Order: sequence, then structure tokens, then C-alpha cells
Amino acid sequence: MSAKEESPLKKVCIICAKGTIEDVYATLVMANGAVMEGIEAKVFFTFFGLDAITKKQMKRLKTATVGNPAMRAPGGLPFPTVLGMVPFVEMGVSAMMKSQMYKLDIPPVEEFMEMITAGGGELYACKLAMDMFKLEKKDLYEGVIDVLTIGDFYGKCGGDNTQIIFT
Amino acid sequence: MAEKTIAGKSISVNEEGYMTDPSQWDHDVAKELAKEDGIELTDKHFEVLEFLRTVTEKGETLTIRKVGKSGIVDIKGLYGLFPGGPLKISSKVAGIPKPSSCV
Repeated sequence: MSAKEESPLKKVCIICAKGTIEDVYATLVMANGAVMEGIEAKVFFTFFGLDAITKKQMKRLKTATVGNPAMRAPGGLPFPTVLGMVPFVEMGVSAMMKSQMYKLDIPPVEEFMEMITAGGGELYACKLAMDMFKLEKKDLYEGVIDVLTIGDFYGKCGGDNTQIIFT
Repeated sequence: MAEKTIAGKSISVNEEGYMTDPSQWDHDVAKELAKEDGIELTDKHFEVLEFLRTVTEKGETLTIRKVGKSGIVDIKGLYGLFPGGPLKISSKVAGIPKPSSCV
């Protein structure tokens, strides 16, 4: 740590609202990175982000192959959107994303969440989105502490040097 | 880069306090380094430290996941051994470079 850093970050509150592989992993990497640095981390899953903590879906996250201009084929070749509409392409691309991450020792979603909670990170689900998607607490991964309103979640985001991050 | 005398030995460390020459490391140095972070080393700590050093010597990237799968300690246990920095503090005490992985 440099001497200039007088007031280090103490807590991050991360809101995960999307359910693609990359959005969910962005959230998990940030949450895990925080607890590894001794920074408190609280994650709030809402809307499609709920897929990441829904038992049925968490192992089946996908990357969107349509409307994603930054996605290229291996070797940097262009990947036209219409290709993304071809059956099974999404599955193939998603499998490839996962295998590339696995090579970097980035674990599957469930194991990643275990790592985060082992470090004291906390996972919450959004009540409104749960109602909207007709989900119940029993449908969620066991590591999720509670189903909260956004107001209750904000109640956990107080304190100096706290940041809220939206992915 | 700086020289630092610890446990009666002179060791070189970088500006963040990580040792730059792993061969200068021994258990007494580790004990003193751990004390700086308020940790009293046990046999379990040393098992982890030796593991970290072995992995690093092989040129592999360290992650807490690897430590969790080492059979020495699970991830929760690792946080318990090195509070506030399971990989960072342990690497510092193990006399190896600061971990370069995000996981």
C-alpha cells in the first residue's frame, strides 16, 4: 500500500441486475476480490441477475451472442450478429467462455459463491424481482442470506468508505 | 527496494514489504513477518506457507482456490489463518511476490 492511501475502501455493495455469464462473473470477481482484500462485500441480486442465485439456473448462465459487438470469434475474426441466432451457437459460445475462465482458475458460479461467503461476503435477493419472477426463498442457492427490499439493502450499505456498484 | 533486518537476518523487500529474494526466507523470518500483521504462526500456517512457496517455485499462478483444493485448509480456514488478506498476507509471510491473480 502506498503512503498516499489514507482512507482505504471498507465496504462494497454490488447490485447484480443482469444474468449473462459476463455480468454475473463481473459481480462475483468484484465481490470475491473485495473480501480477499479485507473489504466487506454485500451483493444484491435483482431482475435477471437472480438467475445467478436460482438453483435451477445458476449452472446454466449464457453469454448473449446477439447484439454484442465486442464479441469476436477466436483469432479476432468478426462475429456477425446473425450467426448468434443460429441454433446452438449461444451454447457453444457460452461453453467456450466458461472453459476459458476455468483455465484461469475462475470457478463455476456456485463454487465462486462459496468462496465469497467463506470470506464473509453476503448474498441477498431482491424481493420485488422475486415476486415478479414468482420465485421463493427455497428456489435460491443456500448461501443467500435473505430476501430484501432495496430499502433494506440500502440499510446495510451505510458507513464511511462504502461504495455501491451496479453491474 | 529496501533492506530490512528481521530475526537477525538482512532481507530485501520491495516498497510494499514483499520479500524479493525467496532464498532469504526461513521460519524465523516468517514468524517475524507474520507478527507485523498481528499473526502468531502455527504449524497449520507453515503448511500453507510451504504450499504457497512450492506452487510459486513451479511458476504457477496462486489463487485462493488452489489453496482451498490443496487439502491443507479450506477457503474459510484460510481466511481464519490470515484474516483480512488470505492470499496477500500469506504470500508476504511466505516470502514470495504479491499475488498477481484476481481470484
